[in-house]
Amino acid sequence: MTDQNTSVGSTLTVQRVRSGLARRYRLERWFRRFGMMAVALGLSFVLVLFASIGSNGISAFHQGYVRLDITLDEKTLDPAGSRDPEVIGKASYRTLVRDTLFDQFPEVTSRSDKRELTGLLSNGADFMVRDQVMENPGLVGTTHSFWVPVDDEIDMLMKGYIDRNVPEADRRVSDRMIGWVDQLEKGGYLESRFNTLFFTNGDSRDAELAGVRGALAGSMLTLVVTLLLSFPIGVATAVYLEEMAPKNRITDFIEVNINNLAAVPSIVFGLLGLAVFINFFGMPRSAPLVGGLVLTLMTLPTIIIASRAALKAVPPSIRQAALAVGASPLQTITHHVLPLALPGMLTGTIIGMAQALGETAPLLMIGMIAFIVDVPQTVTDPSTVLPVQIFLWADAPERAFVEKTSAAIMVLLGFLALMNIVAVLLRKRFETRW
Amino acid sequence: MIVRVIATTLLAGAMLAQPASAQSTRDYISVVGSSTVYPFATVVAENFGKTTNFKTPKIESTGSGGGLKLFCSGVGVQTPDITNSSRRIKASEVADCASNGVNEIVEVVIGYDGIVVANSKDAGAMSLTLKDLFLALAKNVPNPSGAKNLVPNPYSTWKDINPALPATRIEVLGPPPTSGTRDAFVELAMEGGCDAFGFIAAMKSADNNGYKTACHTVREDGAFVEAGENDNLIVQKLEANPKALGIFGFSFLDQNSDRIRGSAIDGVEPNFDSISDGSYPVSRPLYFYVKKAHVGAVPGIKEYLDEFTREDTWGEFGYLADRGLIPLPDGEREAARERILSLAPLELTKE
Repeated sequence: MTDQNTSVGSTLTVQRVRSGLARRYRLERWFRRFGMMAVALGLSFVLVLFASIGSNGISAFHQGYVRLDITLDEKTLDPAGSRDPEVIGKASYRTLVRDTLFDQFPEVTSRSDKRELTGLLSNGADFMVRDQVMENPGLVGTTHSFWVPVDDEIDMLMKGYIDRNVPEADRRVSDRMIGWVDQLEKGGYLESRFNTLFFTNGDSRDAELAGVRGALAGSMLTLVVTLLLSFPIGVATAVYLEEMAPKNRITDFIEVNINNLAAVPSIVFGLLGLAVFINFFGMPRSAPLVGGLVLTLMTLPTIIIASRAALKAVPPSIRQAALAVGASPLQTITHHVLPLALPGMLTGTIIGMAQALGETAPLLMIGMIAFIVDVPQTVTDPSTVLPVQIFLWADAPERAFVEKTSAAIMVLLGFLALMNIVAVLLRKRFETRW
Repeated sequence: MIVRVIATTLLAGAMLAQPASAQSTRDYISVVGSSTVYPFATVVAENFGKTTNFKTPKIESTGSGGGLKLFCSGVGVQTPDITNSSRRIKASEVADCASNGVNEIVEVVIGYDGIVVANSKDAGAMSLTLKDLFLALAKNVPNPSGAKNLVPNPYSTWKDINPALPATRIEVLGPPPTSGTRDAFVELAMEGGCDAFGFIAAMKSADNNGYKTACHTVREDGAFVEAGENDNLIVQKLEANPKALGIFGFSFLDQNSDRIRGSAIDGVEPNFDSISDGSYPVSRPLYFYVKKAHVGAVPGIKEYLDEFTREDTWGEFGYLADRGLIPLPDGEREAARERILSLAPLELTKE
């Protein structure tokens, strides 16, 4: 009787399961599809972003150059023949450069036409010629071919960003200038070259001379300060809280506060930096030192939390074994626990650093949103950082800065990718599995 | 080992941090202030750095108000030497300066900036009056029936405002309230349009706050779109949407003249001449202020002023004009240069 009952019951269950089976499979398939769609959507956003940045920015890595065969007459450059760099540096290269260009277009005679013609060249052309001559004084007295960058608007024309078909009045480049450019191009005087200036120059308001070196150096100095301060402090805090501190209300309170700090908007740290470091301690504005200090405050919670997680992951047996063979608590930590937790801590630190690299808001308050031409050398020199440079270029009216902006984003993304790769490699190299 | 590593890094950090406290002099000029003046000041600074033996000045873009606050915070290398401003210094700011020991300030008017209302070249040219702009953009407008009261803005197309205008939807992209361009637009264009209505203009003396609220409040029903501080973005959006109008500084129109067209306002097209002679109604002077106490203490300030006020720089064919700055009228530049180089301090006359 009971047997029959169970068998009837089990067939009922089987039937119920069977009837619902198709539905359950369908649900699972849908769930899987939703997951895949979410991933695809995310990927497509990333792809669109990268494609638009890439297509906008790639042209910034090339720059139009014009060849000038300049006769470096000894009489004008170095009348005494001393080859003294001081004398050579003082000569008027502007006149030299312009006269060379005028010789190439003898039909251009009037003052205003000559003005227009010199508009083909970058404002930095004469300085570049001067630097080359000063580097190599042997050039004086010879005729040498110099390649100097063209003006940003001519560069835009060469890259096809300026439509030649719109009426002349509506263009920034006149018909005559286009004629000159075509003439130069035919004669082989015009060339598109890799834009080394983009990596060797600081900021400039002439788009063809603007580079990311200053911002890159600023970012690196800031990150060095951040790393040197936040890593030791973060690790020490994590070790103390995890390994040594007694469990009581005070440490609980500290823990809650650290977790809260991780969620504080970064601009608040900027305000704090302004009030404490600049106004109270009198540190200089716009300096990577202050930037680094502010970013240290911002990344500390991230590093502490990651470091504590890494310490927690070290099995207690390691500590017990060390203590059992007579190691002191400090020896246990420095000889055994810390080396094992270090890869995790490093990963956390690098992620914190990557976060700091992309930060602009707190730097706004401490004056790092600034136009700085000179590449910073020390942590107290005024400087800016990569994301700020992107922000400033995005706001520049000249059209050539559009591609510069995207190119700077590419440099920043490259930098970030590099840091993440280092994080992954470090983890792979030192990671221990139990 | 690890202890040693940590100790060394801490030591290195301490050593790196050392020069900070030793900063008692500064060998570069520190400039702060308006983001509108920033594109012009930076060009001058760069040229100054290239052509002289002085370091290139550092120019921060803090906004006019923020710049003046920093500028007035005291005398000494920690404070900026120069602040750029897209409006004149206020009496309250002069008082604030004085209370912090900043007594002698040299005022420099560098030229003019026009604010343009522009649209894509793909759309037809617009010719607007200040009154049209006010009616299109104010939150509350005079009752269309003619009664002397304010009603929520009922207009949805340009034709509703002025039969001469096209029947397209009112859609204007402009800067947010934090922007100096917005301030100037509201003060010059909206207020100008406001004054066309006698009963609102009469409020000016009787109920100044009410007058300001009526004239300065921009509608929030979607016809005016706050497009962010980035003027390039507005230009791009105008290209994508030929029906929309955008509000931004003249230099952006000048740089993008192949894509966008400035609307005539009160019958005057925005261009160099009309802004320079003052016939274009929505234009404002741009300034910078120099702390006289710093001249001589920080190297290069006098030379920077000299570079800024050269004819090659701020003149009619100077390089600032290439960037879209509208120069001072021909007769005024020389006198201004003399006054500036003699460092005559500012004296605010009560209006």
